[in-house]
Amino acid sequence: MEQMIPLTIDGVHVEVPAGTTVLEASRQAGVKIPTLCYLKDINQSGSCRMCVVDTGARAFQAACVLPVSKDMVVKTSTPELREARKTVLELILSNHDKKCLTCVRSQSCELQKLCLDLGVENGDAYAGSVNHYDVDDVSPSIVRDNNKCVICRRCVAACDKVQKVGVIGPVMRGFKTAIASPWQLHLSEMACVNCGQCITVCPVGALHEKDDTDTVWKYLSDPEKHVVVQPAPAVRAALGEEFGLPMGTSVTGKMVSALRRLGFDKVFDTDFAADLTIMEEATELVDRITNNGVLPMITSCSPGWIKYCEHYYPEFIPNLSTCKSPHEMEGAMVKSYYAERADIDPKNIIVVSVMPCTAKKFEAKRPELSNGGFPDVDVVITTRELARMIKEANIDFGKLPDGEFDDLLGESSGASVIFGATGGVMEAALRTAYEVITGEELKDVNFAAVRGVEGIKEATVKVGDLDVSVAVASSTAMASKLLESVKSGEKKYAFIEIMGCPGGCVNGGGQPIVDANTRATVDIRKERAKALYNEDQGKAIRKSHENPMIKKIYADFLEKPNSHKAHKLLHTTYTARPKYSK
Amino acid sequence: MAEQKEKFAELQKAIDEHKDQKGALMPVLQAAQGIFGCVPMDVQEYIADALGTTLSDVYGVATFYSQFSLQPKGRYVVGVCMGTACYVRGAQKVLDRVQKELGVDVGATTADGLFTIQATRCLGACGLAPVMMINDEVFGRLTEDEIPGILEKFKA
Repeated sequence: MEQMIPLTIDGVHVEVPAGTTVLEASRQAGVKIPTLCYLKDINQSGSCRMCVVDTGARAFQAACVLPVSKDMVVKTSTPELREARKTVLELILSNHDKKCLTCVRSQSCELQKLCLDLGVENGDAYAGSVNHYDVDDVSPSIVRDNNKCVICRRCVAACDKVQKVGVIGPVMRGFKTAIASPWQLHLSEMACVNCGQCITVCPVGALHEKDDTDTVWKYLSDPEKHVVVQPAPAVRAALGEEFGLPMGTSVTGKMVSALRRLGFDKVFDTDFAADLTIMEEATELVDRITNNGVLPMITSCSPGWIKYCEHYYPEFIPNLSTCKSPHEMEGAMVKSYYAERADIDPKNIIVVSVMPCTAKKFEAKRPELSNGGFPDVDVVITTRELARMIKEANIDFGKLPDGEFDDLLGESSGASVIFGATGGVMEAALRTAYEVITGEELKDVNFAAVRGVEGIKEATVKVGDLDVSVAVASSTAMASKLLESVKSGEKKYAFIEIMGCPGGCVNGGGQPIVDANTRATVDIRKERAKALYNEDQGKAIRKSHENPMIKKIYADFLEKPNSHKAHKLLHTTYTARPKYSK
Repeated sequence: MAEQKEKFAELQKAIDEHKDQKGALMPVLQAAQGIFGCVPMDVQEYIADALGTTLSDVYGVATFYSQFSLQPKGRYVVGVCMGTACYVRGAQKVLDRVQKELGVDVGATTADGLFTIQATRCLGACGLAPVMMINDEVFGRLTEDEIPGILEKFKA
C-alpha cells in the first residue's frame, strides 16, 4: 500500500501518495499554481520561482520541487505571494525584448499569459542593463532568438533528456548566462537533428521554425508557377487546434478546402506517397530477408532520425531503408509522372509540403533528393505555418466545407494515415508484407502490439512460416537505447521503425504549440494519434497495395516496386556526418 | 605533436581516476586546465566522449567557472581583484591602467603570449586593497602609477 499524505491547499483537503510534489497535489485540489520553467517529468528545477507557495516556513518555497508532508497547510495566493510572482515577472521583463506585437508566439506565449493573468502593469519596473544577442537563423529549420529567452531551460531538457542530442545548454554565468551551443556556434554547425522538440516546449518566442510562408505566398502569386501542395498524415490530426478545435479532432476535409482557398493549383496528399513508400519499403524488406541483405532494416521516413543516425550511429547507415521519405517520393512523382500526364514542364512546378516537422525543411535541401536538377520538394512549411497562412488569408476555418484531394496523387489507404503515429509505418508495412510474402489475405489488419506511446515496442509477427521480429522506437533517445541493444547483440530484429520525435509525427516539432499546463495533464501523443487510427478505421481500403492509384502508377509508370525507374526516383543515399564540427 | 599526445595520455589518466564518481566533470576539467593550460575545443570534446556526456554540458561548466580558460593563457596571468573592498579603493583605475599598458582587454592575451589580463573575484587580501596578482605573486595597496614598473619586471 502506498502511503497517503493528507494536506490542505488553499483550504481544500487532499490526500496524495508520499513523494508527490505540492504542485501535483494542487491539481488534485483544483488549485492552479502558475509555472514557467516547469515541464512535467522533464524540467522540474524550481528555478523560475513562479510557483512559490507559503507553507508557513521561513521563506516561500517552489511547489514544483516541494514534496508534500503530513498535515501541511499550503497557501498559494496571499498578497505577498502575488507580489513575489509579479516581481519575478518584472525582473524577467527587464531583460526581455517585449516585442509582443510582432512575436510569432503572441497569444501562445506563457510569459505573456502570466503577465496578463497576474496583473503585471509595468514592464519597465526594473529597467537597466539588457543583453543583446544576434539571432541565430542560419539553420534551415530552427531559429533561436535569445533576446526573448527566459532561460527556463525547457529546450535544454528536451534536447538533452528527451532526444539525447544535447547541442544547446546554459553557458557563462550570472547576468551573462545564455542558452547557446558550445563556442557560440550556430545550431547548423552542431550535430543538431532539426527535430524542433525545443520549439514545442519553449514557453516564449525564443525558438521557432524558420518561416517559409513568404516564399509560398510568392509562388502562389506567380502566374508562371504551377503550385502543388501535399500535407503529411499528422497535419490533419493537429491543425484544428490552431483554430480552437479540441485536440484529436481530424480536420482532413477542412484542411483540403483551406489549401484550395489559399490558391494551390493541386491539392495532393502525402498519404498517397506513404502507400508508395510501403510498396517500396516492404519489397526492400522482403528482398533483404530472402537474399541475406543487411538486417535489421530500419525505416527512413523521419528526417530527424536520419540525421541523428548520420551523426551518432553512422555504422547503421547500411541498415537504413534506401526509400526516400514519403513527401520526397510525392515530390518526385509530381515532377515526373504528374508533370508528364498534365503536360507541364517540371521547371514550372513548385511542390510545397505541409509537415508536422521542422527537420523536413533541412531534408528538402539535401542535394541527393532531387531529379534532373529539380529538388523533389521546393518548400516545406510546418502545421503552424499553414495555420498562419490560413489566418492571414482571412479564411474562417471552422466554416469551411469538407474538400476532397485531387486525383492521381491524392488517394490513400488507411495504412498511410497511421504513418503519423509511432508504430504506424511498421503496421502499414506488415499489412502489405504479410500478403506479399504469404500470398494470403490478412484477416485482421490491426497490429495492436506496435501501437501505443511507449518509447520502445517489440513484437514477433507470424508471417506464414516466418517469425518476423520487429521493434518500434520513437524519440532519438529511445532510438539510441534500441540501437545499443542491437549493437551489443542483446537484441535481434528483422525490421525496426524509428521516428525522431516521441510518439511519432503527431508530436513533431512543427505541430501546434501546447502549453506546459496542458502537457501536464494530457498526453498529446495519444490524443492526436487517436484521430489517425479513427481515420484508418473508417477507410474502405486499409492496405497500401490495394490503393487503386498505387496499382495504376506501377502499371502506367513505375513498372514494379524497386524497379530501375523506382530506384532512380524513389530511393536515396545517406552520408556519415561528424558529431562535432571541426 | 608527440607532446600533445602525452598530454592527452595524462588527461586520460585523470579521466580513469574520476569517471565512475558522481560529478566527475569538475575534477577532470581541473586536470585538463592544469595539463593543457586551458581547455580548448578538442580537449572538451575528448572529455565529453570519455565521460559519456554532451559537449554542451562540458562547455557549460567550463564557461561557468572563471578558473577555466578556453584559450591558452599568457606566461603571466595578471589578475586584478574586483572584489568590493578593492573596488572601492580604486581597483577599476588599476585595471584600466593594466589594460592601457599591455594594450589588450580583460580576458585577452598579449600578442607576444606574455600576459593575460583577468578581472578576478575577491582574492581574500582585502586588507591590502587594491590588490593584483601576477601568477602567484601578490601586489597590494597599489596605485595606478606603480603598474608600469611592476609589469616591466616581468617583461625582462
